[in-house]
Amino acid sequence: MTSSSAHSILEVTNLVIGYQQKKDAIILSDGISFKLNAGSLIGLVGANGIGKSTLLRTLTGMQASLGGAIEIDGKSILNYESLDLAKLVSVVLTEAPSSKNLSVGEFVALGRQPHTNWLGQLSEIDLEKISNALFLTDTKKLVSRKCFELSDGQLQRVAIARALAQDTPVIVLDEPTTHLDLYHRAIILKLLKKLAKEMGKTILFSTHEIDLAIQLSDRMMVMIPNAFHFDDPCTLISNGAFTSLFPEDTILFDGQTGRFTIKD
Amino acid sequence: MILKNTHRNTFLLLSFGTMAMFLLNLSLGSVNIPLKELGTILFGGQSTHSSWDYIVLNYRLPKALTAIMVGSGLGVSGLIMQTLFRNPLAGPFVLGLSSGASLGVALLILGAGSFGGFFGTLLMSQWSLVIASALGSFLVLLAVLAVALRVKDTMAILIIGLMFGSVTSAVVAVLSYFSNAEKLQQYVFWSFGSLGNQSWQGVFILFLCVVLGLLIGLFAIKSLNALLLGENYAKSMGINIKRTTFMLIVATSLLAGSITAFAGPIAFIGLAIPHIARQWISSSDHRILLPSVVLMGAIVMLLCDTVAQVPFSEYTLPINAITSLIGAPVVIWLLIRKKKLLF
Repeated sequence: MTSSSAHSILEVTNLVIGYQQKKDAIILSDGISFKLNAGSLIGLVGANGIGKSTLLRTLTGMQASLGGAIEIDGKSILNYESLDLAKLVSVVLTEAPSSKNLSVGEFVALGRQPHTNWLGQLSEIDLEKISNALFLTDTKKLVSRKCFELSDGQLQRVAIARALAQDTPVIVLDEPTTHLDLYHRAIILKLLKKLAKEMGKTILFSTHEIDLAIQLSDRMMVMIPNAFHFDDPCTLISNGAFTSLFPEDTILFDGQTGRFTIKD
Repeated sequence: MILKNTHRNTFLLLSFGTMAMFLLNLSLGSVNIPLKELGTILFGGQSTHSSWDYIVLNYRLPKALTAIMVGSGLGVSGLIMQTLFRNPLAGPFVLGLSSGASLGVALLILGAGSFGGFFGTLLMSQWSLVIASALGSFLVLLAVLAVALRVKDTMAILIIGLMFGSVTSAVVAVLSYFSNAEKLQQYVFWSFGSLGNQSWQGVFILFLCVVLGLLIGLFAIKSLNALLLGENYAKSMGINIKRTTFMLIVATSLLAGSITAFAGPIAFIGLAIPHIARQWISSSDHRILLPSVVLMGAIVMLLCDTVAQVPFSEYTLPINAITSLIGAPVVIWLLIRKKKLLF
């Protein structure tokens, strides 16, 4: 299935995700295995509450796994110092920065934190990376605006610029298209596609825009109860992976058009 | 690029302002000492009146230095708390740290009487005041943090602060009922707040605590900036949240605790100074904010003290009243102007 010729940056075997509640382990999903190659865009889909965010949090080291192995750049995630991990994986979260007073320039510049000295001073290289990140996301003209003045679409692009400034081979985004209209959803996903192709980044994003993700992703992860599929979108359609995504008495998947329709 | 704009002029202006306020504070009071004579005294010479030498060196200089440390320390502890709790209303007074310190001191002053004799005198040394008050504020901050970890609602944290305030006044009321008039008066005067009557030894102890607190703050600047994005983003950029939180708590309780011990509970400085700094320099970067808050805190506190000692008169007003009279309208003005308080 997965060609092993390309360099795999993130490899997951038999991962079990979930959380500890008191003494019981609540398992959300298990038997998750995949290999992600450099320069690919991967969409993660699944119904609400299935564990998409938990999977992303586990992959980025914010939450402990309940079993299985995660290897980033050939080394287990458990053996990384948090600062070294921050140089390999950056994130774009659903939450806006908690300080509303932050300017776009300051927000993006904070992405350089893992690379700066104890005081966080920016070198010439840092400034160049920041400037480049702003250019790639088309946010240069927003640089002196405050974050609270931005529209949802602008804020999402700025958050992606911050992750780019962090300069990591892997970028993980948690639902980057929520609250956006169709046009801005397309803009964001096309931007992610461009970054994967031109910068050789491995970009993993969770989304509810299944039809858009099918059109743009190189590979997709489909989380359904008791199963985890990972393949390219066309194979997943012919396998019927999307049909079991939602209860079939309410929503049907049309393999021809790659769209969901509501059943009368 | 926009990120490179320096704030050199701001710092020059603030440093100059601090120097000017410092000299003004030394010169004005019940007796006015001309600036020229003041210079002579400060540089080790003899002025025309020997009483002036005494007033400046043993009364006004320690008081002015205390004012600087109180303003800077409370401002920085407010700044750190606003970032740590992601709440623009956080500050040593609002979050109940001052109440905790008051409780510690109340237990010491009003409770020490019951020990009596030699032990009672031992308890009343300046160090024990500092320890009781720092311990009180540290415990309150721990409690607030424990709540903050369980309840994500920032309003809950403020309510906890208010509750600690009520508990403190209740305990103080109970203690006052059982203690004698002399002890009670001692406590009431402490709670008015006072920058004066500090021995040089006291100033030195305060200096050590404040410098240590500021140093920890200085080393936490990078983490504080990361926390502006929220805990999850900070974690994703390699910040150790647990260690950072612990460091910041130690710094704030050291600052607020020691200052409250020496100068009494002083309201509004910790809340208002960081907001004034943010408004004025229009940046959230703690590399710029922290030193600005240090200087602005010093300026405002020197100003408050100059007002409190009522130039040309014999009177000295309680410093706590002055900071509230100046601080509360400033916070209201900031709210009305910006429609909301940002941090």
